[in-house]
Amino acid sequence: MEEGAIIKNDLKKAPKTGDWGYLKPEVDPAKCIGCETCVRFCPDACIEMKKRAAEEKEVSQENFREKELAHVDLEFCKGCGVCAEVCPVKAISMKK
Amino acid sequence: MNKKLTEKLAPGHSTCAGCGIPAIVRTVLGATEDPIIVASATGCLEVTTTIYPYTAWKVPFIHNAFENAAATMSGVEAAQKILLKKGKIKKKAKLVVFGGDGGTTDIGLQSLSGALERGHDFLYVCYDNGGYMNTGGQRSGATPYGADTETEPAGKESFGKVRQRKDLMEIINGHGLKYLAQASVGNLADLEKKARKALEIEGPTFLLVLQPCTQVWKYPTSQYVNVAKLAVETNFWPLYEIEDGKYKINYINENPKPIEEFLKTQGRFKHLFKNPDNQHVIGEIQRAVEENVARLVKKSQIS
Repeated sequence: MEEGAIIKNDLKKAPKTGDWGYLKPEVDPAKCIGCETCVRFCPDACIEMKKRAAEEKEVSQENFREKELAHVDLEFCKGCGVCAEVCPVKAISMKK
Repeated sequence: MNKKLTEKLAPGHSTCAGCGIPAIVRTVLGATEDPIIVASATGCLEVTTTIYPYTAWKVPFIHNAFENAAATMSGVEAAQKILLKKGKIKKKAKLVVFGGDGGTTDIGLQSLSGALERGHDFLYVCYDNGGYMNTGGQRSGATPYGADTETEPAGKESFGKVRQRKDLMEIINGHGLKYLAQASVGNLADLEKKARKALEIEGPTFLLVLQPCTQVWKYPTSQYVNVAKLAVETNFWPLYEIEDGKYKINYINENPKPIEEFLKTQGRFKHLFKNPDNQHVIGEIQRAVEENVARLVKKSQIS
């Protein structure tokens, strides 16, 4: 039901908040241990855990090769830097 | 975009960069698999998630005025009851209200009090950022002592807010709720546990969640988790729950950090450190924190 003031979520109409920030997070697969701490603290739910690709596995630490890796989707990322701050191993850095 | 986290609240909302409110909402709503109906008092959450023609809500969401979110939910609950009786729906949805501290401690208090007294089955979540943040940071009943706000500014004549904040937990506890708890956005696992418990209980339940505000508390956007954690570690924000009148302390730091460490992270307390005349305010905040903790410990022992 979409009528008058009743509206439905439509992601296409969403403001692209990815344009807000001037810093972008970057995950270092060599450091990420797949603990998922950053995932829930991200205000825009931009971070998803994904299986490591072959070249990412190569650079990963031995014990964490099979663990999932944090991926940041920049479409709605406002560049606040919370993920870099909460990461216990400092695997996320904010880059211009 | 994380699919699981955005099942109920989509991205594209316009909360400030580094705001913790969406994390609170996703954690509370993620604590149940049942259908949910949400209402929200006017406040940061409402104005940022529902900018026409876009809505970030994927669950039914009812727009409210500042003072009547709890009253609206009372109506929804009564409607659900009669629809169930007539067989038009098979199952009740869980009802959740979100309100800021302005919409809860000040403006919405009477409708909340009424709804709690009538015993409607819903969960009220108050995210406490200590002021009217989306209009520029005016003081509210929940603003802490000594904070610099737009309507009670610090300067030559004053050190900021001159009154202690309201003890909202005690006000709500006065309604004889089955369950209410104080949580923090820095401890999401604890918040989720409390939300799950509150949603399972029949009857009104209440959560008070600390939510640091990057704009008005004045700290860098990346720091909300650290500030919230410091509030807990200095015992400024003890984590506890009250179940059937029994106090249970979840976390109180036995060797608390001095309150200065929490105050120093924020620009709204900068004047306390700059001006030597304001030293007594820090002492007063520390004293109030210690008194509050001692009172809580006592209550948990006798109840």
